[in-house]
Amino acid sequence: MNGVHDMGGMQDMGPVREEKNEPVFHHPWEGRVFAMYIATGAWRKWNIDAARYMRELIPPADYLRMSYYEKWYAGLVELLVGRGLVARAEVESGKPAPGSTKATPPLTAEQVPTARHRGASTSRDVAVAARFKTGQAVRARVINPVGHTRLPRYARGKLGAIHLDHGVFVFPDTNALFQGEKPQHVYSVRFAARELWGDAAKPRDAVYIDLWEDYLEPT
Amino acid sequence: MALRVKSLESLLVEKGLVDRAALDALVDTYENKVGPRNGAQVVARAWADPAYKQRLLADADKALGELGFGGQQGEHMVVVENTPTVHNMIVCTLCSCYPWPVLGLPPVWYKSAPYRSRSVIDPRGVLREFGLELADNVEVRVWDSTAELRYLVLPERPAGTEGLSEAELAPLVTRDSLIGVANVQPRRQGGAA
Repeated sequence: MNGVHDMGGMQDMGPVREEKNEPVFHHPWEGRVFAMYIATGAWRKWNIDAARYMRELIPPADYLRMSYYEKWYAGLVELLVGRGLVARAEVESGKPAPGSTKATPPLTAEQVPTARHRGASTSRDVAVAARFKTGQAVRARVINPVGHTRLPRYARGKLGAIHLDHGVFVFPDTNALFQGEKPQHVYSVRFAARELWGDAAKPRDAVYIDLWEDYLEPT
Repeated sequence: MALRVKSLESLLVEKGLVDRAALDALVDTYENKVGPRNGAQVVARAWADPAYKQRLLADADKALGELGFGGQQGEHMVVVENTPTVHNMIVCTLCSCYPWPVLGLPPVWYKSAPYRSRSVIDPRGVLREFGLELADNVEVRVWDSTAELRYLVLPERPAGTEGLSEAELAPLVTRDSLIGVANVQPRRQGGAA
């Protein structure tokens, strides 16, 4: 989806403002939103691509206005409701529906350190042939999917070269929609800054983008 | 927001979907236990131990594992090295991808529209706002974290630190230098550069 989240290359967003001695969370509720997102993820009712997609579906004006954890809250509610863990009426009332049963949380405090260290890799140990070799020239496809994609707009149609093959990973475009993992190679692709932005860029500068094989075509 | 979030939390707890103590543990982990000190420790080790540096650049997951770092949002790490002629910086233009095990959670500016939009088209301008002016002969490499690889910059070891131990080096390494929007200064107090 060509949404406002796909910001690479936009201008006029203002200066980067660094906050000195910034706290991890600016308000206690931000930490609770973060923690609820991680803890409910342990139900494995969604995946990271679906979670990102929910935040991308926030209307553009809201997306730009809302703080980071406001977006996480909004995305989390959509995941919880959309995947059937809670009903929207329950979110509105803050109370479980009458007669609903009580579940057992899949993540306890004791399990937090091990769950964190284990992580949730989206690499897949399956034999999938690599279409491209290191050093090979490739072009990022011109595609405009209406769902979730990790091919940024600023790279589409641009020429690059395979810098590295990272191995086989779950494909976000299908995974976000629960349409399967479609495992395939992910490559680090080097794009010259001048290819992306024109002659005003410095001749040796470059942007490296990690791209799934389905996003690339041979030249 | 505070009220809505509190209401959602009590709903999830009442339904048995989350354990309140687990939420407390998660907040405590990222507020107090995981942060850029981890990444600084990695860099100090790499500066002090050339063999470790080679392992770190060749297989970051394994080398970070030696120091106990890895896991959530750092399952697949890549470390990129700054040199006198190459400067690396990290961004996630599409969202907020960031190497949690070594840097903790990202600061607001990293997740903000100004940084996400401009770091790929005008990295030198962004770096200038951070007070870093790069010479024309330095190659700027911007790493856009679009997939599940997470990046960490290995900054240049500043001159004048030859005699320092690993434990003395680590406090010099700032979060910003690990993202690539700053270099490491020889002395925090701003001694001779």
